[in-house]
Amino acid sequence: MTSRTPERPSAQSTVATPARPAVRPAEAVIIAPGIAVRGHLITRGPIRREGPAKLTGDARYADDLVFPGAWYGATIRSNLARARFLALELDPGFDWSTVVVVTAADIPGEPLMGAVKGLTPDQPVLVPVGGDIQHHSEPLALIAAPDRRTLRAARRAATVRTEPLPPVFDPLDSDKVFVSHDVVAGDLAAGFAAADMVLEGEYRMGHQEQLYIENQAMIAVPTDDGGVTVHGSLQCPYYVHPALMRALAIDARQARVVQAETGGGFGGKEEYPSLLAIHASLLALKCHRPVRMIYERHEDIAATTKRHPAVVRHRTGVLRDGTLVAQEIEVILDGGAYCTLSPVVLGRSTTHAGGPYRCPNVRITSRAVRTNTPPNGAFRGFGAPQVIFPVETHLNRIAEALGISPLEIRRRNVYRLGDVTPTGQVLSSSVAGLEVLERAAEAVDFDAARAVTHRARLTGQGWDAVATSPLRSPVRASASGIGIALAWHGCGFTGSGELRYNSIVTIELDATGQVRVLAANTEMGQGTRTILPMIAAQALGIPSDEVEYAPQDTALVPNSGPTVASRTAAIVGGLLVNAARKLRAEVEARNDGRSFARVYREDAARHGASRASDQFKPFPGQPFDEHAFTGDPYPAWGWAACAARVDVDLDTGEVAVREVVAVDDAGVVIHPILAEGQVEGGTLQAVGYATIEEMKVQDGRYLNDRLSTYLIPTAVDAPRITAIMVEAPFDGVPHGAKGLGEMPMDVGAPAVIAAIHDATGIWIDRLPATPERVLAGLTASAGANESGRPGSGGHDRPGGRP
Amino acid sequence: MPVEPPVETPRDLAEAFRLMALSPRTPIAGGTDLMVRITGEIGSPPDQVLDLSRLEELRGIALEDGRLTLGALTTYAEIRRSGLVARSLPVLAEAAATVGAVQIQNRGTLGGNIANASPAGDTLPLLLALEAVIEVGGARGERSIPADQFWIAYRTTALAPDELVLRVRIPLVEARQVRFRKVGTRRAQAISKVVLALAWEQADRKDRWSHVRLALGSVADRPIRARSTELYLEGSRATLETADGAAETVAAEIRPIDDVRSTADYRRQVTARILHRIIRDAGGW
Repeated sequence: MTSRTPERPSAQSTVATPARPAVRPAEAVIIAPGIAVRGHLITRGPIRREGPAKLTGDARYADDLVFPGAWYGATIRSNLARARFLALELDPGFDWSTVVVVTAADIPGEPLMGAVKGLTPDQPVLVPVGGDIQHHSEPLALIAAPDRRTLRAARRAATVRTEPLPPVFDPLDSDKVFVSHDVVAGDLAAGFAAADMVLEGEYRMGHQEQLYIENQAMIAVPTDDGGVTVHGSLQCPYYVHPALMRALAIDARQARVVQAETGGGFGGKEEYPSLLAIHASLLALKCHRPVRMIYERHEDIAATTKRHPAVVRHRTGVLRDGTLVAQEIEVILDGGAYCTLSPVVLGRSTTHAGGPYRCPNVRITSRAVRTNTPPNGAFRGFGAPQVIFPVETHLNRIAEALGISPLEIRRRNVYRLGDVTPTGQVLSSSVAGLEVLERAAEAVDFDAARAVTHRARLTGQGWDAVATSPLRSPVRASASGIGIALAWHGCGFTGSGELRYNSIVTIELDATGQVRVLAANTEMGQGTRTILPMIAAQALGIPSDEVEYAPQDTALVPNSGPTVASRTAAIVGGLLVNAARKLRAEVEARNDGRSFARVYREDAARHGASRASDQFKPFPGQPFDEHAFTGDPYPAWGWAACAARVDVDLDTGEVAVREVVAVDDAGVVIHPILAEGQVEGGTLQAVGYATIEEMKVQDGRYLNDRLSTYLIPTAVDAPRITAIMVEAPFDGVPHGAKGLGEMPMDVGAPAVIAAIHDATGIWIDRLPATPERVLAGLTASAGANESGRPGSGGHDRPGGRP
Repeated sequence: MPVEPPVETPRDLAEAFRLMALSPRTPIAGGTDLMVRITGEIGSPPDQVLDLSRLEELRGIALEDGRLTLGALTTYAEIRRSGLVARSLPVLAEAAATVGAVQIQNRGTLGGNIANASPAGDTLPLLLALEAVIEVGGARGERSIPADQFWIAYRTTALAPDELVLRVRIPLVEARQVRFRKVGTRRAQAISKVVLALAWEQADRKDRWSHVRLALGSVADRPIRARSTELYLEGSRATLETADGAAETVAAEIRPIDDVRSTADYRRQVTARILHRIIRDAGGW
């Protein structure tokens, strides 16, 4: 059993509803110096704060908000992937005085926007007449009308005239590079020269849609001072705020951003809400009324950001015993039409490309390029899943070629304390790669499970019985397999991201005696509104239900940075602990050292309101050079392993993921049930990425832009998921947290693909492993098996592409 | 911003027939297809909608003259729950269970599946293989249309503009074996990539197959019978040679397409392989 650090929020320190039975949290067990593991997570931690309102339907999402007299807004979009915008023709038969129309000419401020501070502003708020259209859903004009019927009629009466230009759809054909990197460590040529074996591979992944339950939604309300207040579904109020100031040429006080209850984000509401907020505001300022812009699902999928498609190439040199000696990796991300967040996503892809493995000689080249599809953006994992699937699958192929088990090759190469990464970071603390790997292997009895598959293969029930000619059912109707994968995930922003934001968190004790956390970090289903008060309460020594969480409204809360990069619990939580300690010290000092818990209400009555803040300070360690890509890209790394069991239908190629054991090191766990929820949700998204989620693109347009055609796993497709939490605390923050939300997304897909291989002998090198690709692999392996080599699925067959 | 077309709700079948005779209206039962088209703004919206929900004449499941009769408003949930279906034709409950999700099964109706005439309609291949008869009617009277004459082209039925689907009659045959298989992208709430229904008669397991009916969905512009393959299987036994020949015949017989859900190659192969599997299982080898 581990001793709890005093800062550590715990079930004991927080008051839960007393009616619930007291179930003790699973005891943490020390598994290595400074590293603990928890079993099944049951605790009576506080219920999530917005949970009852969401369950009863009382929660007010943007579309539930009523603004009397509000008009309805709509977007006129391109109809071609690349074109010149010649004219917007308004049918004179329609009474245009009943509506307002906004074009690029109506933008008072900057006509181009960038995703965030420091990135190239290259995306037009609206394409001007005469300007270039770069993707199929590009906004060209906006219309607002007093009611939906008029709006519909106005949309029909507006026609876009365009002249087609040649588009680029294949990222390998693009000559427009948004950003590129070249990371070199050691001597690659010498590494390959020393290798006993060199293996090459190419891996591809397509778009993935976030598919939050609530579509993008924004309501803009003009204010008396010529400014605007927006209420919307969003992750980052302080991304929207400067975007409004820039585009509308208004000052910080004139722009106000209020988060409505948000029905999921997953990165999809990181940057896009800025554009939608500008659109709604332009209309509101022109018609002098509130304007509602609530996307339908079809428009939401067609126009908003997706996970970047990627092509990743590996050339790897290894010794006979599996030791990595050379890694040459090329990463190409398809950025879509505009730069947006691609440089930041590529940064994470680049730092994570080699996987959590020690290798002395490495070269990683990476680039993000333009194509004529809607811009790709943030999605849980943020560039890491696109490199973890390739490196993990490649390592499995190496292990198979060498006759080493997938578990053993990872044991031999995983980073240990003191190892040095390709950017030159010395991993000097909080390194738990081996621990998460061993816990996952142990939980599924990996070696024994592999032995079962192996025996089936030897007795003629394995791969040989799997392979068939295309029109014949094989002897066995299904095959089972198990796979394991390992990943690392850098804590918080890549490089100097935190320095750019200088985040501030404030805690106040108001004159009525109420304690309140003021931060801009949003609740979108992941638990911010519950865990930040827990962290503050722990530092103050009071029950968490005595701490309020202020609304995410830029008029009320300071800029504590965006709610992205799994940084809320780790970075914002750390600032909050420091701020709370300051407040506690101040109050206790003027009350003769009596504890904050005993005196704070009395103190407020006597002294009035008190506030304390903490601002981000750089972590110790080497600074990161964003051009050379050297130094410490993250102050710490989280570690994740995943073991998956699948059944493959050998007639149809359908993959059913039966069980996943996910082991994640989040530094410390703050709220075990919410943490387990994050692991389950992220795992299911990864299962979808691995097996069925495929955006089909034709001429730059998404063909399956509806819920009936873009399919994600349902409850009946979900595997049994077991979450095991490993805790290797990060000493750079007072409470030890490193972030959790993205790791399950990184590591699920390669585990599933490895399990498909174990079941069938085929390698899938292109996600998702659709039944079409799996079946192509199975039937190809029928011929290949005669020479004793299983085939490869989907490599040269564009299965699933229309 | 979908339109909201006007809706009329007749109280009985006579009133419904009278309204349909005035001018064609788009009937709505569960709305599981029509509402998706309206809210998704797919195609032009209907001018006038006829709500069938109060037509009690179109409800109910009964056994009449050796035939299972299902009213057009019978929902998939009712089919799944029906003791009569479970006893007399369990494969129909099996097929109903593959439609959409629970919510869709609560709303969606057999008559709607028939009238919507999607090439991917989940129950339609089963109705074809079972030689169901679809009874339709309007102000001019009622008539019966065999299932294999009902879906005449892409999303086109043999219904006259003033007619409604009233009920389905499925003959119950002794010694008939029926198999149903739907292949979709996920295990629920998925439009099919391939639907296959196979029926044959066989007094004893060792007998030759007779009266073979093979019907397929999602492999043509409408639900189809695979008649060459039926002919191939007629009078044969469930051997490996039969299975190989039937698989090759069906693969050559169908003309599936590439679309947003799957590819022509995949559909052809999977149709052949699941047919092969059914024969393999029937032969027990």
